[in-house]
Amino acid sequence: MSAETLLQLVNAFAAGRIRVVDLTQTLSPDFPQIVLPPEMGQCWPFRIEEVSRYDERGPAWYWNNFSCGEHTGTHFDAPIHWISGKDLPNNSTDTIPVENFIAAACVIDCSQESAADPDFLLTVDFIRDWEKRHGPIPRRSWVLMRTDWSKRTDPIAFQNFDETGQHTPGPDADAVKFLVNDRDVLGFGSEAIGTDAGQAYHLRPPYPCHYYMHGAGRYGLQCLANLDLLPPTGSVIICPPLKIKQGSGSPLRVLGLVPGG
Amino acid sequence: MTAPLLRPKRKNPVLRTRLPTLPPAIRSRVALGLTAAAARGSFELQVCRDCATVQYPPREACCACLSDRLDWRVQNGAGELISETLLRHSQELFFRERVPWRLGMVRLDCGPTVIAYLHGDCPAAPARMRIRACLDRAGQAVLVALPEKETPNMADDRQLREMTCDPKFRKVLVTDGKTAAGQAVVEAVAAAGADLIWVGHAEPWKKLPGFDRLKAIPQVALLPLDVTNSRSVKEIAGEIGGRVDILINTADHHRNFGIASRHGVETARAEMETNYLALLRLAQEFAPAMRARGADGQSSAVAWVNLLSIFALSNFPPHGTYSASKAAALSLAQCLRAEMRASGVRVVNVFPGPIDDEWNQQLLPPKLAPAALAAAIVKALQDGIEDVYPGDVAQEWLARWRDNPKALERELAAGAG
Ligand SMILES: [Zn+2]
Repeated sequence: MSAETLLQLVNAFAAGRIRVVDLTQTLSPDFPQIVLPPEMGQCWPFRIEEVSRYDERGPAWYWNNFSCGEHTGTHFDAPIHWISGKDLPNNSTDTIPVENFIAAACVIDCSQESAADPDFLLTVDFIRDWEKRHGPIPRRSWVLMRTDWSKRTDPIAFQNFDETGQHTPGPDADAVKFLVNDRDVLGFGSEAIGTDAGQAYHLRPPYPCHYYMHGAGRYGLQCLANLDLLPPTGSVIICPPLKIKQGSGSPLRVLGLVPGG
Repeated sequence: MTAPLLRPKRKNPVLRTRLPTLPPAIRSRVALGLTAAAARGSFELQVCRDCATVQYPPREACCACLSDRLDWRVQNGAGELISETLLRHSQELFFRERVPWRLGMVRLDCGPTVIAYLHGDCPAAPARMRIRACLDRAGQAVLVALPEKETPNMADDRQLREMTCDPKFRKVLVTDGKTAAGQAVVEAVAAAGADLIWVGHAEPWKKLPGFDRLKAIPQVALLPLDVTNSRSVKEIAGEIGGRVDILINTADHHRNFGIASRHGVETARAEMETNYLALLRLAQEFAPAMRARGADGQSSAVAWVNLLSIFALSNFPPHGTYSASKAAALSLAQCLRAEMRASGVRVVNVFPGPIDDEWNQQLLPPKLAPAALAAAIVKALQDGIEDVYPGDVAQEWLARWRDNPKALERELAAGAG
C-alpha cells in the first residue's frame, strides 16, 4: 500500500468513480426511539434545546444542546451492549480497533419479503440462496439486511406496533449463528429500530442477533437508510461511533462507498 | 332569568383586541384569609375564639371584644338581601368597562352584613340569598350573592362569568390525551360544551386503550404534541397558541420509586422532564398569546390548569421521585400564576390523591377515578376555583398538611399514607 493508492482513492472520489451514499437517518426529535415496557429504564429519544440564536443569550451565534441515548437514531451497537459480550476485550466504543470501522458490505435484499410479511425472518436458506447469486459472504464484512423499512417515513408505520408488540423484520437465530460461525462476519445491520426482529423476544434465545453477534465480539448497525442504493456486493461501509468511554453504542453517520460510473 | 349564553360570533379581525383590565387587587394581609379560602372554593370568615363573634370585613382583632384569637371558619353564606344598588360610574377601568354593575347588602345569618356583587337572578330586597366567596380576575376574593335556589342558565350571568372560567363555547387544549386522566378530561370538557378540543397525541405508534374513543368526539382534533420536545411545543404553539382559551396540562410521568428502590437518575429525570420542564416549555410558548387574549370577548383566554398531585405538598416516599417532580411543578405553577395575573388568566392547580390507574395499582382504595378527577377540573373552571383537591384522600391529606406539615411528613415516612 502506497501513498499513490490513497491519492488514487481521493481522485476517484473527486472524479465520481466512487460515490458516497449516506446511510443515516436524520437525528430529529420526531424520529421514534426503541420502546421498552414502561416500568423498565428507557433510552432517551433525540431532543434538542437552543442555547442561543443571535439573541440576548449569545448575540452573534446559534447553537444547541442535544440529548439522546447511545441507541438513538441510526446507531452502532458495541459487544458490551449485550450481556453475552460483557466480558470480551475491546468491547466498547472507546476500545474497538478503529480499522473495524471501515469494511466491505454485503446487502441481502429482503424488501419484497418484508413488504409481504412485516415479521419476516431472514434464514440460513435465504442467505445460501443469496450466495448462489452473489458468491460467498467474505469474512470480516458487514451483512446488511435491506428491507426498505427506512422508507416508512410515517413513524407509526416504521414502529408498526399492535397489541402484541412490534412487527419488524430481522434474522432468525440460526441465520445469526451461521453468519458468525460459518462466515465470520464483522457485524449485522438493519433498517428497523433494532438488528433483531420486532418479535425477537419470542425467539430462542430472545434477541438472537444481539445475543450471538455481541457474544462473538461482532457489531450491530440499526436504523440504516438508503440500503437500496448499495449493490449486493462491492460496497464499503464507514461507521465510526463516537468515542464514548465504556460506551455500549453511539449514534453515528454511516457512509457507503459505491463504485461509480 | 339569565339569558342562555350563545355561541359567540366570529371575531371581527379589523378591531383591536381589547387588553385585559383587572378589578382592584390590593388587600391587607389579614384580608387574604378570605382569598385563601376562596381559592379552594370555600367561604370562610373570622370567628372569635373568645366571644364567638363572626366578623366581616377581616380585621386584626375581634370587633366585639378586641381579642386577637381569630380563626377562619367555613360559613354557609345564608343571608338576607336588605338593599341593592346599581353601579353606573367608576374611576376603576375594570368597572368602567362593565357598568352597570349590580351590588347589594346582605345580612348573613351568622351575623355580619356584607357588600356583595348581585347575581342577575337575585330578586329584589328583601329576599333570601346565599353568599359565595369567588376569586375575581385579579385573583382576589370578592363576595357574590346568588339566588337561594338554582335558576336556569345561572352560570351564564354576565357578572358571574367575570369570576369563572366556563369551558362552554371555549377552545381547550388538553396536552396529553393518552393517559386515563387525559382521556377523561377530554370527555368531560366536551360534555361541558367546549367548542373545540385539541388533544396532544405524543408517540402515536404507542396504541393505548381507550384512546380511539376520543376520535369519535366531534369537537376533538388530535395534535402531534409531545411536551418533552421543545420543538414540538413551539410548533404547536405557533399553530394554535393564539386560539387556546383554556390549557389543561394533563401530561404526567409517574413511576413508583423512592431513592433506594431505583438505581440511577434516568427515571427521575424522565419524571422531571414531563412533570416539570414540560410545564416550563408550555408556559414559555403558550402563555404569551394567552396573556394577550385575557379580554378577547366572550370566549377570551381564561384558564391554565396544571394536573399536579397531593404528593406535591409532602413527599410520599414510595413514589418519592415523582413527588419531588410534582413539588417542582407546583413551585413553577406559582411563578406562572404570578406572571399570568395581570392578564386575568387563572392558573388552576389540581392536587389529586392517587388516581385509579396502572401506576397506583398497589395502593389500597380509595383511589380517584379518572372521571371524578375530570369532573372536579370542569367544576373548578365553572366555579372559578384556583386550588383543587379532588377526592377523599386529597382532602384528608390537605387537612393533615394544613394542620401540621411536620406531622404529615412523619406519618408518611412511617408508611401511614
Ligand atoms: Zn371576640
